[in-house]
Amino acid sequence: MDLSLSDEQKQLQESAERFAREKYTFDNRRKIVATERGWLPENWAQFAELGWLGMAFSEEDGGYGGGPIETMIVMEQFGKGLVLEPFLPTVVLGGGMIARAGSADQKAALLAPMIEGKKQFAFAWLERQSRYNLADVSLKATKEGNGWSLSGHKGVVYNAASADEIIVLARTAGSAREPKGLTLFVVDAKAKGLSRRDYPTQDALRASELTFDKVSVGADAVLGKVDDAFPTVEEAVDRAIVALCAEATGCMDAINAATLEYIKTRKQFGVAIGKFQVLQHRMVDCFTNAQEARSMTLMASLKIDDKDPTVRAKAASGAKVQIGKSGKFCGQSAVQMHGGMGVTDEMAVSHYFKRLTMIDLMFGNQQHHLTRYSNLAMAA
Amino acid sequence: MDLAFTPDEQKFADEVRAFVRANLAADVREKVKNGKHLIRDDYMRWQQALGKKGWLVYTWPKKHGGPGFTPAQRYIFENICAEEYAPGIIPFGTKMVGPVIYTFGNEAQKEKYLPAIRESTVWWCQGYSEPGSGSDLASLRTKAEKDGDHYVVNGSKTWNTMGHWADWIFCLVRTDSKSKPQEGISFLLIDMKTPGITVKPIIMADGGHEVNEVFFDNVRVPVENLVGKENEGWTCAKFLLANERLGIAAVPQSKRGVEALKDIARVEQDNGRPLIENQSFAEKIADLEIQVTALEFTELRVLSQMAQGGQPGAEVSGLKIRGSEIQQRITELTMEAVGEYSAPYLPGLLWQGTNEAPVGPEYAHLAAPRYFNTRKTTIYGGSNEIQKGIISKMVLGL
Repeated sequence: MDLSLSDEQKQLQESAERFAREKYTFDNRRKIVATERGWLPENWAQFAELGWLGMAFSEEDGGYGGGPIETMIVMEQFGKGLVLEPFLPTVVLGGGMIARAGSADQKAALLAPMIEGKKQFAFAWLERQSRYNLADVSLKATKEGNGWSLSGHKGVVYNAASADEIIVLARTAGSAREPKGLTLFVVDAKAKGLSRRDYPTQDALRASELTFDKVSVGADAVLGKVDDAFPTVEEAVDRAIVALCAEATGCMDAINAATLEYIKTRKQFGVAIGKFQVLQHRMVDCFTNAQEARSMTLMASLKIDDKDPTVRAKAASGAKVQIGKSGKFCGQSAVQMHGGMGVTDEMAVSHYFKRLTMIDLMFGNQQHHLTRYSNLAMAA
Repeated sequence: MDLAFTPDEQKFADEVRAFVRANLAADVREKVKNGKHLIRDDYMRWQQALGKKGWLVYTWPKKHGGPGFTPAQRYIFENICAEEYAPGIIPFGTKMVGPVIYTFGNEAQKEKYLPAIRESTVWWCQGYSEPGSGSDLASLRTKAEKDGDHYVVNGSKTWNTMGHWADWIFCLVRTDSKSKPQEGISFLLIDMKTPGITVKPIIMADGGHEVNEVFFDNVRVPVENLVGKENEGWTCAKFLLANERLGIAAVPQSKRGVEALKDIARVEQDNGRPLIENQSFAEKIADLEIQVTALEFTELRVLSQMAQGGQPGAEVSGLKIRGSEIQQRITELTMEAVGEYSAPYLPGLLWQGTNEAPVGPEYAHLAAPRYFNTRKTTIYGGSNEIQKGIISKMVLGL
């Protein structure tokens, strides 16, 4: 056993760290948030050039043969900088599903340009009633000649406004909430009958509500097997969860560092407030929480490739529970220890706090994953 | 001891409910019910209606123009106002500076300031915290120097709530920098229109503007605006903070918050069933409701003690601690109930009251901003760490 990074991985870490530090100063980030897209094409081009868009894909898929550890390394630094480029929806989710379920033609048409930085994706699964059940899908796809017609609604679809293709989870058979009978479709973002309502999110990302009104796609739009998308989706979402966990560990390191610095320098009653034991112990709990989060993220990154879906799912859910718990503790504590300053827009802590809060809500919160983990662990 | 209301108290409750229904403007009620942000005029219309009835200063004794409510009447009044979606009464005049003036002020000051507070024709704000003086309030440095029959004020105040709407500000200022910190502070009333005052917004994490920094640059304040004796303002400050901490528990608002949370959990779906039927989530709401009940009965005990005479003591700090934590927990569970639909940020709808359609249900876009914003409750009015220090020292003698 060896849990240390290889030389290549260390280099990757250094270059991601440098990117976040140089391109995502607090002021720079504010400027990026205010742009029309909400992220910078020049940064995306740099990702392509550095090989980050292809690092986690096999060489036969046109990638560079890395895996979840590479994703973890980069996502952690993205968390430190609160990076806004749509890496998760495009590379981890979109690229991940295409790599696992796509045909050779689809990989050539979608994955290769994605790795070159020329295509972006969004993953549309959530509906108003879905909460965290990935199978609670009612958007319908019906046979239409050789192809399909999609009608229904999808909500909070990250990166839909910038994506070239939307990967849509639709019901092709079965009843509500049945895992069987779901199919993935790759839909042109400009398809006729597809309309969008775009908005920013609490944590300064971009998302959209999508309405599909008889959107026609060909038979070649199906990603993977008809009626059998659920295992692909569940696996892709587990991978996205682990990537999010890595991002959250970066957020926690940054928010803890900022808080430590603050309580060392902020003086009240004639001393730095960090001299008060009540704050010392809380700060220690923040660091312990961040350590646990880091450990669970590493565990999950190492187990996410396991052939046994139960091992994989337990790893992802276990890490997400830890991240939810630690993220909330570190976020709330950072705000509290910053006092009034912590609830202002001008301090970075409030932005990390918002991102950590939204990460907990994405793809199942702490409670959801505790229940999922418990069901998996007690059945074994 | 009897928990049930007497026939007189029941009659009073009916009277309050009838009054609120007849006098609270429908548009304001709707805003409060839907968790929308209110503007100055919304508060003023409601407060002036209460003022006409003599109930705005419902905590004041009769001799200062209050209604002289019993603790039971106070409880009834606060609860019915909350149940009927009345806006919270802005405390700066009614619960803070008003009682300071009738306790420490001279006759001329009582005559000049109290009627306008009772009738809500003047909007007051608070000048306590400074950038370098938060928890350690007594270290404040805003200076007031005598110049003939005026004080000349220089310095800055922060976390000034709604000062951009205010006509007057009450300030703690340093009038003697040589003695111990607490002994050189005075309590000063300042007209916000006085030359040399600048109000600068602080934008909160939820994107809203409710607090400000206030800068004083050679602001001339007549000496007759000093309340109490010079250098004895700390007495007023402590008296005011104890009063502030009483109202801060926000029990009626939290009871309403729990009910609103249940309503949301009945609408939100979880695996094809209402979320409220999810055992784990239902138990979280139940736990919260029990906390609110414990807080309510603690507050009732304090009110009952106060009815026997005397000011609230250090135990009030306990109310502030639990009250603020409960307010935060309500917002946390509400956001949990809304789930991923908490993500859309709609500043137009949130802050400008535009006609922008909500994404998902109307309540969804409020959940996360409220959660972020409510982190302030364990910080303001003396942070909870400070409150615990007070209890350990004053109550437990540690």
